[in-house]
Amino acid sequence: MDAASIAMRANFRRADVITMINKANAGHIGGSLSSLDIISVLYDRVMNIDPKMLKDPNRDRFLLSKGHSVEGYLVVLADKGFFPKEELREFSQAGSHLIGHPNNKVPGIEMCTGALGHGLSIGVGMALAAKRLNRTYRTFVLLGDGELAEGSVWEAAMAGANYRLDNLFAIIDRNGLQISGDTEDVMALENLAEKWTAFGWNVTEVDGHDVQAMMDYFSSRKAENKPHCLICKTIKCKGLPAGENKKEWHHKVPNEQQVKEALEALGVKEVDWL
Amino acid sequence: MKTEAVRMAFTAALLEAAKNDETIFAVTTDSRGSVTLGDFAKQLPQQFVEIGIAEQNAIGVSAGLANAGLRPFVCGPASFYSLRSAEQIKVDVAYSNMNVKIMAVSGGVSYGALGTSHHATQDIALMRAIPGIEVYLPADGAQMRAMLKYFVKSNKPAYVRMGRGAVPEVYKDEAPFVSGKANCLREGKDIALIACGEMVYHCLQAAELLVEQGVEASVIDMHTLSPIDKDAIIKAAKTGLVITVEEHCIHGGLGSAVASILAEECPTAMCILGLPDEDIYNGASADVFEYYGLNGSGIAKKVLEVLKK
Ligand SMILES: [Mg+2]
Repeated sequence: MDAASIAMRANFRRADVITMINKANAGHIGGSLSSLDIISVLYDRVMNIDPKMLKDPNRDRFLLSKGHSVEGYLVVLADKGFFPKEELREFSQAGSHLIGHPNNKVPGIEMCTGALGHGLSIGVGMALAAKRLNRTYRTFVLLGDGELAEGSVWEAAMAGANYRLDNLFAIIDRNGLQISGDTEDVMALENLAEKWTAFGWNVTEVDGHDVQAMMDYFSSRKAENKPHCLICKTIKCKGLPAGENKKEWHHKVPNEQQVKEALEALGVKEVDWL
Repeated sequence: MKTEAVRMAFTAALLEAAKNDETIFAVTTDSRGSVTLGDFAKQLPQQFVEIGIAEQNAIGVSAGLANAGLRPFVCGPASFYSLRSAEQIKVDVAYSNMNVKIMAVSGGVSYGALGTSHHATQDIALMRAIPGIEVYLPADGAQMRAMLKYFVKSNKPAYVRMGRGAVPEVYKDEAPFVSGKANCLREGKDIALIACGEMVYHCLQAAELLVEQGVEASVIDMHTLSPIDKDAIIKAAKTGLVITVEEHCIHGGLGSAVASILAEECPTAMCILGLPDEDIYNGASADVFEYYGLNGSGIAKKVLEVLKK
């Protein structure tokens, strides 16, 4: 799939996320929309994974360490056929596995994540297993920027470099916001690239909404005995005009009018699964 | 009296099992010395993972290894694994249902005079409250070997607490072990002593002392704390008096588990022996046991007191 097609798919998925959160009256919309282009590039282009490969030992692994951004992830999985799109209607409903954080009872989800600071450790284990077992799969872990205040992230960062896991990617959704406000006001992260570099990672910064740039990054990555860190500059709540770059939209629910405006701006008439 | 450190029985058996099964991994946190994994690390470096002093990371890494089909045994001090990495155990292992075995050594007060920071006396309570993870306390080396045969085949997450020092043998050579089925080591009509881990031996000693006083005690080894053997507890209650003995805080451990089953099924007089809800007395584990009456003579004395009431 080329960059234009992926960007278009990502726009449809934004409409899905916005609609799903409105219908469920719950969800973490800000981070779901900031990370949607990243997840789309991974699933549409980069990763060796499809619904027939769920038990394939050589499938690429994806972990949503910032598990609260599950809405975007679920929409991508449904769109890729891991489960029927109609099931998105059940999001956050009683008895559903489609809950507010990734649950590995849902086809395609490897691990239950969302307690922040856990994902990269699990990713280190997956990547280390690939090395020890001579498997070629790669592991991609998507982290939030607010999440990086968890000390366990840095335990895992140390281990990833120690074991020279060049089959491991830490991707950071650098939207600059967390629930209480600007990350630099809550707990300063900068200079973030220098921190990861100092921990022994190969660091690259990219526009997390530039599909082509992210595709180029992943296709040009080489194994250099170091794990990879991709800092994606993103806009929180990207695609919902009322909420872009506003901390209040970490987990605010859009009303009917805001959904209508957003879908119009995205050029989507209506979602196909309601 | 033959004695053996359970952690050494464990690592020797794990090494032998791992030689025949390359999916068995040992993961540790700068604890290869205290766990006694030195030989494993030397002989099977491809199946050994050093994480450094980072227990949270060790559990997460182990969950990732398990996701790839490996069988990690993550080994280190019980105090740190049960508390510092409790959330990783809950979410990455139990909730995600990853086949990780947490082999927690130097549990209870076996670090002795190193003090409360290094004691693990809340671990049964914590681990029993997490759905999806089994909890075991082997009584001696032979039982540990029997358990390990189960662990290398089972795909279920487990937390296993061992002590540090050599403990007297409870079982000769082969210990009978079925997960979730308690072992009745002695039948007596007057009272039932239910114990786990190192306390099983001390209860057997107490039962011997009680014979001299004309008291016949049953002794039950509750090696599996979760899922706990309800039937064995109900059967023990037929004596009319149940005393539980554990190297754990009296809140939330074996005693609490037994009490809740008795309360629901067949209310029975009982008494919970363990470490009280206070700043714990300092000393080697034998000193701590002596101080709180958690050895043969202390347990026997308590039984006689309770019977008099
Ligand atoms: Mg953020």
